[in-house]
Amino acid sequence: MRSSLAAAILLVAWSGAVAAQDTQNFDRIEQGRYLAVLSDCAACHTKPGGPPFAGGLALQTPFGMLVAPNITPDRETGIGNLTNAEFLAALHDGRGHHGRRLYPAMPYPAYTKMSDDDVLAIRAYLATVAPVSNSVISNQLPFPFNIRLSMAFWNALNFTAGRYQPNPQKSAEWNRGAYIVEGAAHCGTCHTPKTFLGGDKNDAALAGATLQGWYAPDITNDPRKGIGRWSRDDLVQYLKTGANSWTLASGPMADAVTHSTSAMTDEDIFAIATYLMDSGALASPSRAVPVAANDDAMRAGAAIYKDSCAACHRDTGKGEAHLFPRLADSALVQSDDPTTLVRVVLQGTRAVSTASMPTAPAMPAFDWRLGDAQAAAVLTYIRNSWGNAAAPVSPGNVASQRTSLAKAP
Amino acid sequence: MARKLPAKDVVIIGLGWTGSILGYELAKAGLDVVAIERGPWRDTATDFPPAYAQDELRYAVRLDLFLRPDQETLTFRNNAGQTALPIRSFASFLPGNGVGGAGVHWNGQTWRFLPTDFRVRSHLEERYGKDALPADMTIQDWPVSYDEIEPYYDRFEKLCGTSGKAGNLRGAKQDGGNPFEGWRSSEYPTPPLKQGLGATLFAEAARNTGHNPFPQPASNLSEAYVNPLGMKLGQCTYCGFCERFGCGNYSKASPQTCVLPALLRFPNFTAQTESEVTRINLDSTGKRATGITYVDTSGEEWEQPADIVLVCAFALFNVRLMLLSGIGKPYDAQTGQGVVGRNYAYQTTSSVNLILKDKNLNPFIATGAHGMIIDDYNGDNFDHTGLGFFGGGYMGFGQTNARPIQTRPVPAGTPKWGAQWKKATAETYQRACSLATHGSSYSYKDCCLDLDPTYKDRLGRPLMRMTFDFHDNELKMSAFLTERLADIAKAMDPAELTPAPRKGPYNMSIYQTTHNTGGTVMGADPATSVLNRYCQSWDVHNVFVPGGASVFPQNHGYNPTDTVGALAYWTADAIRDRYLRNPGPLV
Repeated sequence: MRSSLAAAILLVAWSGAVAAQDTQNFDRIEQGRYLAVLSDCAACHTKPGGPPFAGGLALQTPFGMLVAPNITPDRETGIGNLTNAEFLAALHDGRGHHGRRLYPAMPYPAYTKMSDDDVLAIRAYLATVAPVSNSVISNQLPFPFNIRLSMAFWNALNFTAGRYQPNPQKSAEWNRGAYIVEGAAHCGTCHTPKTFLGGDKNDAALAGATLQGWYAPDITNDPRKGIGRWSRDDLVQYLKTGANSWTLASGPMADAVTHSTSAMTDEDIFAIATYLMDSGALASPSRAVPVAANDDAMRAGAAIYKDSCAACHRDTGKGEAHLFPRLADSALVQSDDPTTLVRVVLQGTRAVSTASMPTAPAMPAFDWRLGDAQAAAVLTYIRNSWGNAAAPVSPGNVASQRTSLAKAP
Repeated sequence: MARKLPAKDVVIIGLGWTGSILGYELAKAGLDVVAIERGPWRDTATDFPPAYAQDELRYAVRLDLFLRPDQETLTFRNNAGQTALPIRSFASFLPGNGVGGAGVHWNGQTWRFLPTDFRVRSHLEERYGKDALPADMTIQDWPVSYDEIEPYYDRFEKLCGTSGKAGNLRGAKQDGGNPFEGWRSSEYPTPPLKQGLGATLFAEAARNTGHNPFPQPASNLSEAYVNPLGMKLGQCTYCGFCERFGCGNYSKASPQTCVLPALLRFPNFTAQTESEVTRINLDSTGKRATGITYVDTSGEEWEQPADIVLVCAFALFNVRLMLLSGIGKPYDAQTGQGVVGRNYAYQTTSSVNLILKDKNLNPFIATGAHGMIIDDYNGDNFDHTGLGFFGGGYMGFGQTNARPIQTRPVPAGTPKWGAQWKKATAETYQRACSLATHGSSYSYKDCCLDLDPTYKDRLGRPLMRMTFDFHDNELKMSAFLTERLADIAKAMDPAELTPAPRKGPYNMSIYQTTHNTGGTVMGADPATSVLNRYCQSWDVHNVFVPGGASVFPQNHGYNPTDTVGALAYWTADAIRDRYLRNPGPLV
């Protein structure tokens, strides 16, 4: 009896050790599949409409262009030849084949917080996807950034390796949320402001940042600039469905909702909400002084708003939940950086479609209809009406974004 | 030689209301579905954004959303004694084009037929005697009853989020609704739209003259709504650009706002646009369809094999495709034999134009479908004894557009142009309105659709020929309805009143309505119908015409869309729950 129990324990221990290798361990593969969802691997590594994980679209970084590589098990062009140790090194330390340094467009500064077990589960899952032969030249950066050794200095300045350490003061749910937000889901990759070298400004985690022509908003609990006025339900609904009574996800966040947050378990969504609602310094936000209603831009903006915006967003700026984003009291509308606002007015954008909210309403483009001064005026108006207060948008800002959008692929 | 594509479970011809509903229901049931659409893809934000959706010149005058006659047209004659000529500019009716079909450009009027409409011949013969109906009138009972269709009306109205007030909830009369309507299993999904001054004045006059006014059911939504597919619609802004326009505000029900984004989420659904189906292919027995053939914009021919073929184009083009494909026996008006093309009918509309005294109607605050209506003279809601006609219609005040180019009311005797005309329009615009009747159009032996012996389309296929005129029954009905409406209008104390009853002959060159019905009629008897009660071809069991208005045996005194949508759901259920289990004739 005793010996058979011992044998059973041995067997369990043994089978655990080889779990990562076992292509028939479906629980393990499913665990990895779900972690790949949490980590949103597909966002970068799958080209829209392309085979899963066979390499992505070019990513525009401030330093040049990078393309996410093929991470299917193809031995020549994918990661079929990578050992588990190499896979761990890539996610935890930013080291690829033969110790080659990765660029932090691969969010290893976040993935480093994930446990070995979770990382190897992803590996187990990726080993099961269809191998695709597709050579990707990842590094398309200009000199000197194309020299990977430069990343040694970058890492020394900006990167701290190490697994997530739970905060014993906080609940298990809070810690799970922190693990997802800071680690797997790598929210800070977009939402945390960057230093001039592209490293995270750790003292301003999740406080909003501009990338790829979008402003990833402040998602701290700051009541004016962040999501501090959202209820827990608002946040849960946003992550699950891509929309709530405040706003709708579009742009890069639409992808994140499609591939990642809408496919997360309720428990993990709740954990994220618990953590985010408790994150960020409760700074006493210095309230901007609204631009006076008799300002020329405000008066022009009011007229343009009435003609072009009010039919959907309404005279009150309250919009319609899940259809037309609310402008009154919106943190994004009042954000210091109006990049997203200018972009959306000029180019339009489509909200995400999810199973429970399939509508995917869209904001039409107004670039053909509004000049730089007109777009600036209407944005200044919405940023300073219905109790909103934010710096005016200048025609020059609209003009430069019009130019950069025209150049974007 | 057509290139053959991989087979699908279902091919849908035309992606409007019926195509989208069938596509959604069957894709949801797990079938592999492809929809082939002649026109372009259309999407709210990119094709009719609020920034230019309200362009009257582009959409209402130049008819941007409609079919161009060089894509497809038909020939027309009033009677068999004439030579039919091609329509080179659509006017009397305007077939839609592109994804969403007529569901994009409609007004949103969402009416159920009366319970007696579904058994119109039996009912009239029971009440007025076997010999009461004219000998050449070919109206017939529907093969389905109101009670059977009621749940499907309910489903379509919930899909649209229709705004209105019930008059009959499960048999219990409701104040404020239509007292003549059939029973409803539930209240309208959203409350009625707000009424303007004109509709309020009409309702008052109607009530004072002993009638029963109620708000018109409208699929321009009075408030935001989420339909059972999860689609969110917004509140109507009363901009007045509905008929002939796409709605930029997500507030008019359409395939775009109610179905398509949810449908496109199914990986087992695809849509192929800018591709015209040229025929339905049959196997050597002629009793089973093998799929369809279509032509793309490069002139390339493709064969799409499928197990089920759903004919979901506009009513007229459903009929033509059945004729061109040799499905069902073509109708011969001389002998009265054959079925495809039989019982073509239309709608008998008329108006009473008013100029009121000292009123500001603000007619530009409008929607496609709101207004106050009476149903006292519809169907057999009133005694027809001694009137010399059967049928009827609803009538009332609909505040539908008053757009600047085409709405230029002037008092009688005003010059047609120049300074006086301009002055008169400015003085009259706020006071003028038009009351309307919307009457039935019963079917007759001589009114039909067949293939034209002379004219062909760009692909060498014969055009369809329409033979149609109003009969005495309809003209008498229109005169009666217009008189009743004028009587009510007099109670509004107008400065000027001009009744305009419908007059014959039917004039193809003035707009009346796009409610073309019949030609692939559903019925209980294969000798007088193309389709059985499940909208399934009697001859080719895997071909269905799921509820387009071509299945109507005659047209009643209401707009067709609600019935079209209800029959689409009815057919979808029959295919999913009955046909898939045992493919073959369902009757």
